[in-house]
Amino acid sequence: MSKISVSDLNFFYGKAQALHDISIDIQEREIIAFIGPSGCGKSTFIRTLNRMNDTIPIARVEGKVTIDGKNIYEPNTDVVSLRRKVGMVFQKSNPFPKSIFENVAYGIRINGIHKNKADLNERVEKALNDAALLGEVKDRMNTSAFGLSGGQQQRLCIARALAVQPEVILMDEPASALDPIATQKIEELVVELKKQYTIVIVTHNMQQAARVSDRTAFFMLGKLVEVNPTQKMFTNPNEKLTEDYITGRFG
Amino acid sequence: MEHRIIDQQLDLLRDKLLLLGGTTEAALERAMRSLTARDSDLAREVLEGDKIIDQMELEIDRFSVEILALQQPAAHDLRFVISVAKITPILERIADHAGSIAEAALILNDEPELKKYIDLPLMADNAAEMLRTALDAFTSEDAAASRRIIEQDKIIDKCYHRVFDELITMMIDNPATTASAAHLLFVAKHLERIGDYVKDICELNVYLTEAAFIKHSPKLEAA
Repeated sequence: MSKISVSDLNFFYGKAQALHDISIDIQEREIIAFIGPSGCGKSTFIRTLNRMNDTIPIARVEGKVTIDGKNIYEPNTDVVSLRRKVGMVFQKSNPFPKSIFENVAYGIRINGIHKNKADLNERVEKALNDAALLGEVKDRMNTSAFGLSGGQQQRLCIARALAVQPEVILMDEPASALDPIATQKIEELVVELKKQYTIVIVTHNMQQAARVSDRTAFFMLGKLVEVNPTQKMFTNPNEKLTEDYITGRFG
Repeated sequence: MEHRIIDQQLDLLRDKLLLLGGTTEAALERAMRSLTARDSDLAREVLEGDKIIDQMELEIDRFSVEILALQQPAAHDLRFVISVAKITPILERIADHAGSIAEAALILNDEPELKKYIDLPLMADNAAEMLRTALDAFTSEDAAASRRIIEQDKIIDKCYHRVFDELITMMIDNPATTASAAHLLFVAKHLERIGDYVKDICELNVYLTEAAFIKHSPKLEAA
């Protein structure tokens, strides 16, 4: 069974249709990258996977998204626990105005995951370690998160997402605001995280998709044009549109 | 940077190339032994083994394209992938020459022995040594060693001319030997070509380490 299965998904902002008949299966512990020109619907689509679009009043969804076989758009879905299971990292790092420790501890506390103070400390350290940040911050855990560099802040946000033990991590342009070295660290981290998590990554940077993902999906004008193993997509795509996009003929 | 995603793939590419190199070296050594020891079974094994070498070549081609397409190597990494992609068909061609020597052995082994082989094994030893050290130099990115190996090709060329003269004289003196002598002439030519191919590998190692194209530039070769 696929980890995530999307069938005939249509999405509307009021009367404007942003996604058309999207069907795609995402496997457990794979990295799938979504590429496509601005406004193609890739960010809208990723947000349907943990119902982040629910916060937009005029948004409307048709179709089915199942995670572990359960339709997340069923009325009785607990959206909070869905978002715990399907974590998200955004384009711009958005740490809370709190200490490094508290940023990571926050989700653990509100979800009541920890048993006691020692367990909380342990979970925070593990999340920071898994996000390849612990070594850089262990001596300044109680200082403000805003004192970290952009790349470190983004890894802190990843640590915050990991702390509540998600199964799927959605990443919306996680490295687009970072310099090449910080980007490389995030990419290495993404590949490392694949051992435990299913990762869906939206990126403007085609080379990033090529470097890190197992499969790549190309979106255009709200439609899923092609999804294939990344190696195939970047050497011999099925669709002419995909070829034109990845070779820079448009977009 | 302590670890990059591409490093693992470049290491794997190097391993695949070295495995092809080792298999090619073995093919050459066995082909020559099939001739000098008059062992036709061994010659047939060499010919059979060529299919494996062809598969290795295809796999390296596929993997090189994948690295270029997905990892976008730059600078030294790019030169490395390009060098491997260019050395691979050279190795495959060397193995083809080994196959041709094995084919000649199959014919010659059925004929009375024309002469004791002295110069041909010498040429083959030199070629095999050049190939082995060229691959070592590639692994350690030792451009100076590559330049020294390029010089060694002259020894093989000298040997080739000696064998050529000797066999032509033999054909003139005793026309009954012509068929066998012609096959031996081809064997000598194969070994001479292998020396040239190893030179090409060395030139690619200089390109890898110094980003310099020394092919067709005698001055740079000696630098």
